[in-house]
Amino acid sequence: MSAAEEAIAEGHEAVEAVPKRAMTLGTGTSLVVLAALLVVPMFVKNFIIFQMTMLLIYGLAVLALNILTGGSGQFSLGQSAFYAVGAYTSAVLMEHANINYALTIPVSAVICFGFGYLFGKPALRLSGIYLALATFALATAMPQLLKLNFLEHWTGGVQGLVVTKPDAPFGLPMSQDMWLYYFTLAVTVAIYIFSVNLLRSRSGRAFMAIRDNEIAASSMGVNVALYKTLAFGVSAGITGVAGSLGAIAVQFVAPDSYTITLAISLFLGMVVGGVGWLPGSFVGAAFIIFVPNMAESISKGLSGAVFGVLLFLVIYLVPHGARQVAIFGQQLVGKLRKN
Amino acid sequence: MTQAQLAQGASPLLAVRDVSVVFGGIVALNGVSFDMHKGQILGLIGPNGAGKTTLFNCLSRLYQPSSGDILMDGVSILSRPPHRIAEIGIGRTFQNVALFPNLSVMDNVRVGAHAKTSSDIISDSLRLAWVRRSETSINRKVQEILAYLGLEDVAHTVVSGLPFGTQKRVELARALAADPKILLLDEPAGGLNHEEVYVLGDLIRKIRSERHMTVLLVEHHMGLVMSIADHVVALNFGKKLAEGTPAQVQADPDVIKAYLGSKDQ
Repeated sequence: MSAAEEAIAEGHEAVEAVPKRAMTLGTGTSLVVLAALLVVPMFVKNFIIFQMTMLLIYGLAVLALNILTGGSGQFSLGQSAFYAVGAYTSAVLMEHANINYALTIPVSAVICFGFGYLFGKPALRLSGIYLALATFALATAMPQLLKLNFLEHWTGGVQGLVVTKPDAPFGLPMSQDMWLYYFTLAVTVAIYIFSVNLLRSRSGRAFMAIRDNEIAASSMGVNVALYKTLAFGVSAGITGVAGSLGAIAVQFVAPDSYTITLAISLFLGMVVGGVGWLPGSFVGAAFIIFVPNMAESISKGLSGAVFGVLLFLVIYLVPHGARQVAIFGQQLVGKLRKN
Repeated sequence: MTQAQLAQGASPLLAVRDVSVVFGGIVALNGVSFDMHKGQILGLIGPNGAGKTTLFNCLSRLYQPSSGDILMDGVSILSRPPHRIAEIGIGRTFQNVALFPNLSVMDNVRVGAHAKTSSDIISDSLRLAWVRRSETSINRKVQEILAYLGLEDVAHTVVSGLPFGTQKRVELARALAADPKILLLDEPAGGLNHEEVYVLGDLIRKIRSERHMTVLLVEHHMGLVMSIADHVVALNFGKKLAEGTPAQVQADPDVIKAYLGSKDQ
């Protein structure tokens, strides 16, 4: 049952106030979306399947940022660094150590969690725009770190690494693209469910309490430093998984694929999807993947300007992003049912 | 039973011992001492700037006293970080309501139970059986408190839209969720009208007796303090001016002078 439906079911109360905003879609809607994601690839071309895979991957990366910013209230413009570490972890393990692609994913989750957790420690002293600047520095440093000479043996330096695309296992009759799509979908659904569970749990409430009022949270027994760094760790871990999947899907990693532009795109995806609304992450991902292409088809020379105008329109019309559209839709359905 | 009561009567639940706080060159608290006994409602009064809130923040560990000690059941609390105060049974409310504005009433109160529960991010993400059991017991507790304070109707409402008086009750509910032994209330009557203040007074007394709590009340509203406190401590310019029953403190010439000024001046 959605929040709006709950409010209606509870009847007419004396207190008229804002009902609790749902963090997720209702069970019914979620199942419909999942069914669509399962069925559609059977009827489309490989290139579209590839784009849908990228949508899920960027969706995961935006979701990770959403847990950090929407959940614990910490800004990050450095998500591209965590994405890069995840991508390189998978690429290096697959190409140098011949480890199965699926096994590299938990490894990058753990490595990126650790990286994010450690980065979160000094970042504790910063908040708001200062934290944004510190993470910005991380994002600008990462491509250069990946080019370092002494790492070149493993990372391939400026050249990067070519990653082998996995075949479908057990002799399943499907293309590599389709297999990878379903593999990504399975990972995405699992992470999405874990994230929803996390945000609805005691830990998730601690994140949100810190976001809303640090001093009050601490008086309630919330270890602010611990939960802030944990939020960084979780966010980096999920971003790392997205990076791994991205490396496998694109079949290539190179330092310049993971610049600050990627971090800003993810940030933009979060805002367009609605900060703190997890399903919006995938809407935001769709925006950052498809809208630049649309802009290019409108005007080749001025694609950046067209993208800017489109972005401006979205922010102007629906400042709370896809969440706002969803709430509006829900209210409309609620009204129609009532009549 | 009687012996136990006697023993409790003898050793204070909370002892403030010669506490001083210095900010730069300003002495906000200067050697303040008093005891709080189990089941008491202790009123802390004083004009603006007397050091009431400073003392309050020392108790909730937001400030570190420059000297002196604060003992709970005979053990110093000063080595504990602020987030480890709730677990030993000290709960508080804030002067200007410090709720989590984007969370529902229920979630606010659930956060209140944080100190008395445990979990880790992996078990939480997987919603393991023990996490579900713990959530069920948290929810039961929260429902009970919401019913106790008459907040069931707004349980699923985001707090930022609620009237101020209701928000204050939500804050009280959040503090109660950790089953504190000592409840620190920082100006609970601030912003309430005449009638609401007396309802609040009854509520504080009811909480004290029904939920077995000891209450420290920092309050400007003299009527409220004098009508519900068992023991009153008056501060002025960071020093303890007087201490005793409400009647004794009210009659104390120093207290009268601090509040009204003396004839000689």
